[in-house]
Amino acid sequence: MSGALQDWKSQKRPFAAIATAPVFWLALFFVAPMAIVWLYSFGQNVGPASIEISGTLDNYKRATEWLYLSIFLKSLAVAALTTLICLIIGFPVAMAITFAAPKWRPWLLLGIMLPFWTNLLIRTYALMALMGTNGYMNKGLGGLWEGASWLRTLVGMQPLEAWTPVQLLYNNFAVVLGLVYVHLPFMVLPLYSALDRLDKSLIEASLDLGAGHFKTFMKVVVPLAAPGIVAGVMITLIPALGAYLTPDLMGGTDSQMIANVIERQFKRANDWPFGAALSFLLIYAMFILIALQSMRANKVKEVR
Amino acid sequence: MTETKTPIIQIRNVSKRFGKVTAVDNITLDILAGEFFVLLGPSGCGKTTLLRMIAGFEMPTEGQIIIDGQDMSMVPPNKRPVNMVFQSYAVFPHMNVTDNVGYGLRIAGVAKGEIRDRVTEALELVKLGGFEDRMPDQMSGGQRQRVALARSLVMRPKVLLLDEPLSALDAKLRAQMQFELSDLQDKVGITFVTVTHDQDEALSMASRVAVINKGEVAQLAPPSDLYEYPANRFVADFVGSVNIFEGRLTLDEPDKAAVDCPGLGKVYLNHGVTGPHGADVWVALRPEKIYLHVPGEGKAVTAASQDAPDGHNFARGTIKGMSYLGDITLFEIQLEGGQIIRVSRPNLSRHDQEDFTWDDKVSMHWRADSPVVLLS
Amino acid sequence: MFNRTAIAPLEYTRKLWMRSWVGLTMLFLYAPLLVLMIFSFNDSRRNIEWKGFTLKYYEKALNNDSLVEAMVNSLTIAFLATIVSLVIGALAAVMLWRFRFPFKGLVEGTMSLPIIVPEICLGVAFLIFFAKIDWPTDLPWPLNLSAITIAHITFCFPFVAMVVRARLASFNMEEEEAAKDLGATDWQAFRDVLLPHIKPGLIAGALLAFTLSLDDFVITFFTSGPDTITFPVKVYSMVRFSVTPEVNAASTILILLTVILTFIALKLQGVKGIAQSH
Repeated sequence: MSGALQDWKSQKRPFAAIATAPVFWLALFFVAPMAIVWLYSFGQNVGPASIEISGTLDNYKRATEWLYLSIFLKSLAVAALTTLICLIIGFPVAMAITFAAPKWRPWLLLGIMLPFWTNLLIRTYALMALMGTNGYMNKGLGGLWEGASWLRTLVGMQPLEAWTPVQLLYNNFAVVLGLVYVHLPFMVLPLYSALDRLDKSLIEASLDLGAGHFKTFMKVVVPLAAPGIVAGVMITLIPALGAYLTPDLMGGTDSQMIANVIERQFKRANDWPFGAALSFLLIYAMFILIALQSMRANKVKEVR
Repeated sequence: MTETKTPIIQIRNVSKRFGKVTAVDNITLDILAGEFFVLLGPSGCGKTTLLRMIAGFEMPTEGQIIIDGQDMSMVPPNKRPVNMVFQSYAVFPHMNVTDNVGYGLRIAGVAKGEIRDRVTEALELVKLGGFEDRMPDQMSGGQRQRVALARSLVMRPKVLLLDEPLSALDAKLRAQMQFELSDLQDKVGITFVTVTHDQDEALSMASRVAVINKGEVAQLAPPSDLYEYPANRFVADFVGSVNIFEGRLTLDEPDKAAVDCPGLGKVYLNHGVTGPHGADVWVALRPEKIYLHVPGEGKAVTAASQDAPDGHNFARGTIKGMSYLGDITLFEIQLEGGQIIRVSRPNLSRHDQEDFTWDDKVSMHWRADSPVVLLS
Repeated sequence: MFNRTAIAPLEYTRKLWMRSWVGLTMLFLYAPLLVLMIFSFNDSRRNIEWKGFTLKYYEKALNNDSLVEAMVNSLTIAFLATIVSLVIGALAAVMLWRFRFPFKGLVEGTMSLPIIVPEICLGVAFLIFFAKIDWPTDLPWPLNLSAITIAHITFCFPFVAMVVRARLASFNMEEEEAAKDLGATDWQAFRDVLLPHIKPGLIAGALLAFTLSLDDFVITFFTSGPDTITFPVKVYSMVRFSVTPEVNAASTILILLTVILTFIALKLQGVKGIAQSH
């Protein structure tokens, strides 16, 4: 394909016609706003509605205080846990889709993608309705509880106390569950595309040479699907780290993630420079994650 | 090759259906220990499915596969005493040559020292000494195939299965690999079962060939029988090049037979065919078994009458097409009845191809042991 | 499926635990949505018990002017954002695929940033940006949606560019050369050869842009003025303050809209095409 590349100088008019709109839009409506945020992160409030960009680093200093650092670390932990759970749930699903009969495969894929296309807020809201104290999840748990209680009476033990609905919402558990619910399709799709590209005869060769399914999985499938696993992890981890809606709606007072703190600086605390600094710290964290991934990718290339 | 052989693989009434499609249709055959067995057939004939059922990757819909006296129905592929060389080679891209070849032994828990020795030995066997640390993507297709071979041979299987082993190689390498595979099989004494769609490959390597057509065995025979005594039109046509003419059996005795072919003329054979008298049959005649004569038919008639009665094994026609292939020249000749017959003629001396040209009237004859009468 | 043949080694999907796993995952993904949809027809203000079928919450939702307005706003924004994103995104894809130019790496990297940068940061950036340049907030409809639409285009068009570029990678340049060899001009070759080739990418990109725009809450939340409300923002405020069955009804309408859109895309491209475009 590189042969198809044309030098812009040899085709100035078509190039100008094609390039102007995207480059202009990107510069005006993306680079400029981001640059303003970046400048604000070095500013300070001087009046109720005026901000002076003084080059101060105070906002960043404040952002590294333990209060905010701990929220940062907690966001990272929640995002990492979400990613791990998505990986554990998603891998067998991706395997199942890969090895499903050809006529079923597109429908299974569609089944995974349809929620991904459905409105995020509606999905979160639907999950919340299910998890409420009067929701079906509580009912289900209550049923299990009563079942266990009944089993105890069968073996002559005291029945359990009557079921009291538990608070499933508004805590860290709910946040992780909500994030998993929302991000699961993000994980499954790259895993599927990696597994789909895998030459099936490699798996057969491993079985043929005497390895069982588990050993084949660990020694052949996982190493060869590694790029897909990394892609899935990144594609889940990054949005989960910056999640706003799920912790806001499903979390409790102690479930704040970094995005909620940023929001507060703008909508309530009205401390824009500090919010800008936090935003850029979050962006830098993304960059570090991506840099780590591409370093790893390069390393793999060198080894090969 | 003469000692009595016991079947190492017994395929008993095996059928395989994928939905409505029947890939393998009630096949029964034995593969003998030490044999180089080839499953030959066009693509989609079910030969690969049969091989994959022996390896355990597909389950027969009906029937039974017995390897070394043991029913394989409930045995998963990783417990079967067979190993497979895949069409794509399936060399693990994330392991170097040593790790690839030693994979099965490591899984089996063989001691490290022994693994090292056996891997070295296997690599020597496939002439890959010195490649131990290479990664698969630093190797050519031919070398990767040798890795796959070594990886299977190192397991010392009872049977080695090869799925289209030469299809991905270029022509020269393929010819060389054909010899090497035969040679290797001689050396290790393991039964080889190979699947191929290439008749040259089958004829040059096999001790026996099963020609498969539409999921059934069309013929099971050693290579030379397959070529000289095809059992039916499919085999005659699939193995080598052939002219086929419809005819009626007019004479059938133990030592002679005759067929009257409207398109070709009277055909005489110096052996019986044990077909019903007056039956509709087909005569197959290989292009290289037809002698071509310069215009004027005296010589042809004389030559034909040496081993056949007058008026038999003789035909006339006009050259309609010629292609010079170097070692031989291939002619397409329109017979008097209008049918086209293909004749090949060796270029024994440098200017032989100049003997004939387009639109020449020619005559042909063939020997009485050349035609084959096919009943189906 | 009625099939008694033993399970072959790679038929993982026929194994019971695998099927249960997929089944449970699907249940996890769909149960909340299905329950929500079913109970939007429930004749009870509380969600848990079935009291009989009713359409009254649909009536209420459709008579709720601000909810309808929010829905109309959302669809308008999504529609406009999709069209502009499609054009800019396709141009960007062709630019990156076709030309060598100075700072190409920088442009390419910058273009992928709106995909990577967290929504909250982009939302904040637009909040500050539109405040800084004093973007008027009291324009008549639909101009009052312009700020939100601009924001949506900014995060949608890189996705379109990505999808279209993936499709372009499989384009055989010889086809275009053949067209020119047969006398086509640059523009004719583009229209007759390249455009048909990238059409599936354009459809997938449009679908993606439309969904992303309709889906977006965070960026809109920061960009919208006091008087412009979109559907997700409206639902957000309703969910925050009181859970009403109207929200169920409105959500069901939007889910059905998504499903219908998906099936239109399927009709256009086939299930396989959709699966591959992601």
